[in-house]
Amino acid sequence: MERISSPQALDQYRSEIIQKRDPDQPCITVCTGTGCHASGCHQVVEAFKKVLSDHPEGRRVNLRMTGCHGFCEKGPLVVLHPNKILYQKVKPENCQEIFEETILKGKIIESLLYAHPATGQKITHEDDVPFYKRQMRIIFGNNGSIDPTSIDDYIAVGGYRALPKALLTMSPEAIIQEVKEANLRGRGGGGFPAGVKWESCRKAHGETKYVICNADEGDPGAYMDRSLLEGNPHSVLEGMIIGAYGIGAHEGYVYVRNEYPLAVINIGIAIQQARERGLLGKDILGSGFDFDVRISRGGGAFVCGESSALVASVAGDVGEPRAKHIHLVESGLRDRPTNLNNVETWANVPVIILNGAKWYARIGTEGSKGTKIFSLVGKVNNTGLVEVPMGITLREIVYDIGGGIPGRKRFKAVQTGGPSGGCIPESLIDLPVDFDRLTEAGSMMGSGGMIVMDESTCMVDVAKYFMNFLKDESCGKCTSCREGTKRMHEILTDISEGRGTIDQINLLEELGWATAEASLCQLGGTAPNPVLSTLRYFRNEYEEHILNKRCSAKVCRSLLKYRVLSEVCKMCGACAKACPSEAISGKRKTKKVEGIPFTIDSEKCIRCGMCFESCKFDAIEVQ
Amino acid sequence: MIPFVIDGQPVEGKEGSNVLQVALDAGIEIPNLCYNESVKPYGACRLCLVEVVSRGRSRMTASCTYPVQPDIEVHTKTEKVLRARRMMIELILAMCPGDKRIQEMAKEMGVQEVRFKKEDKDCILCGLCARVCDEVVGAHAIQFASRGDKRDMTPPFGGEATSCIACGACVVVCPVDVIRMEDKVDERTILRWKRTIKMKKCKVCGNFFAPWFQVEKFREKANLSKDFFDVCYTCRS
Repeated sequence: MERISSPQALDQYRSEIIQKRDPDQPCITVCTGTGCHASGCHQVVEAFKKVLSDHPEGRRVNLRMTGCHGFCEKGPLVVLHPNKILYQKVKPENCQEIFEETILKGKIIESLLYAHPATGQKITHEDDVPFYKRQMRIIFGNNGSIDPTSIDDYIAVGGYRALPKALLTMSPEAIIQEVKEANLRGRGGGGFPAGVKWESCRKAHGETKYVICNADEGDPGAYMDRSLLEGNPHSVLEGMIIGAYGIGAHEGYVYVRNEYPLAVINIGIAIQQARERGLLGKDILGSGFDFDVRISRGGGAFVCGESSALVASVAGDVGEPRAKHIHLVESGLRDRPTNLNNVETWANVPVIILNGAKWYARIGTEGSKGTKIFSLVGKVNNTGLVEVPMGITLREIVYDIGGGIPGRKRFKAVQTGGPSGGCIPESLIDLPVDFDRLTEAGSMMGSGGMIVMDESTCMVDVAKYFMNFLKDESCGKCTSCREGTKRMHEILTDISEGRGTIDQINLLEELGWATAEASLCQLGGTAPNPVLSTLRYFRNEYEEHILNKRCSAKVCRSLLKYRVLSEVCKMCGACAKACPSEAISGKRKTKKVEGIPFTIDSEKCIRCGMCFESCKFDAIEVQ
Repeated sequence: MIPFVIDGQPVEGKEGSNVLQVALDAGIEIPNLCYNESVKPYGACRLCLVEVVSRGRSRMTASCTYPVQPDIEVHTKTEKVLRARRMMIELILAMCPGDKRIQEMAKEMGVQEVRFKKEDKDCILCGLCARVCDEVVGAHAIQFASRGDKRDMTPPFGGEATSCIACGACVVVCPVDVIRMEDKVDERTILRWKRTIKMKKCKVCGNFFAPWFQVEKFREKANLSKDFFDVCYTCRS
């Protein structure tokens, strides 16, 4: 493969690719991101391949497997270019029809279109779907149109345009200045200004410096970094090369968890292609700047997302944090100055360099610029990945983009920031989402997890869930984090099982405070957030569990009481048959026998809910 | 020497030294369990918490891992610090309620009762044994296994510590005395690591004076004459 040795050669190469491609050629793009993968996109791809090879007109059509489009709820997604017709929930058996009707005859298949959940109106074009319409996809937008394993696709959509601009027309200082002016803040959770970090690393003593991409995303329910790395790995690489040039580093690492196999593969392919094209390696684009990237695969420990633990893990040590009174930018990997940024932060860099800091800083709020990708999950109609400008309200995200809460249930809270974040109640739904507002509300931006909860979610249970996660994922080095998370989980278990006392609420608060204050790293420092934020906004639920032994959301099993409403009971006996613990007695009514209404022995009841499920007459009451 | 202030008292520390060591040297008491000056500070027990004011910002941190810096002000006895330390010792006491030293420390720090479910562990997971074994002895015989609440100090795969030279350094540094050593005439056993090693006999007096592997390790490290370690300490002097 030919090396590209100058910006002119890169432009030449780009125009050759574009010239070779007919913009009007029909192209079927199938989303093969994580969500669509789970809903069977590969069978769809195979079906399309067969349809196209069987038909004489098939050769005319391009089939492209892309990264995640974001609208995971409706996967597998198929978008037909050039008109951008969106078909959702496509099955392999639809492929023949899509080809024959839409591609050959230009007819739209109504049944595969997305229907607006409120109006039922069918929407043909991807851009008109409200889920996409309200987003601002400057980082994530190309995911849907490029094949992540093709560097040509990335170059064709304008990729690697920021790189020559940075390497050949800007000084390292100017790059740092640009990123500082753009006020790009770290997307991994901390929100530290990237430009300031780069500057410190540049100024740090030492010849050898490293840049690292943190792709150790481990929050339950969050998958935006994964999808970026899977769907557009070159954008992350381009950002890293520019950053490395600014900082003065010649070696880089992508630290990615091995549990993300597709991300590992795709970033590996991207690195290989960039090397072959001369975009990594010696004398990149004739600038004299050398830089190369290696992959370091993580074992999937949540704590390895913490910077000092990550650096230890890259070096082959146990992934345990250390006290960071000397910052990584001065002494990080192998005691050399090390600059660590998250996947999304790196992907923002080419956009800033290409469009300028002024353009970038116009997006967002006073303290938080640009866009943020969130993984919108939980009790929301349109689950998926959304990229929105900073400052958008939670209401817009949940209702306008997310399409509201399914099943006419009531919105209760949004959990942001993953296990280190907190729950934001309904009263704050008009909160503008940015780094500072979320922190003020007792939560945090985190890496961008957003879990929507409705009235059927118990907040004690939510806190318990996260504490269970954290007590397992704490590295266990320091007493406060290891014992603190364990004890908070223990107390929450007591409360959810009806053994809680009011004193334990105070103990939770005291322990939460001490864990946050005393812990060595930010895993422990933020670990109490799920407890403290639910206590702040949903204290009444804790009190209800403790004083009334009741869980209104009907989640905490030990507190549930099942009862047969004798006036409704038809004495069919289905509940008694379904009960695995023989806790239900009564006599079945038949034509010949007078039945006895069924009753549940609460001593024997294991609160599994089988009776409730089995009753066709709604005669089982849960309290 | 770097000058700074602890509890209003001017002190000085060597560059690269830590706040806890300087405080202890100056006679300022700060409770600690996982600190030992022969190994690198680790910051596990969180008992040596202090408040450090640096460039106008105050933060709570472990003093053992805080490097001495000019113009910092350290406060070791603020209400905030004492409150956090009390919680730490209460958590440790809940792990190891039977340990005399922990009981005494808790009492001194004003902890009257344990509000958590009591466990019956003996090890406080400070890691001193493994750190001495790594950094001082160089045998790397034991290490932490697992993470979170399952963390445990153990020989490889929970079996015999096959790299252990039975030197007993871990026995000496353990702050809660749970690593026991047994010497029987010609062999020594480190019970916790399931390791038994034959003792070496002094060529002069005929007494068993040190475990074989330890002598070999020293011979490798010390760069002395080959037969130096054939004789026991008493006969050598």
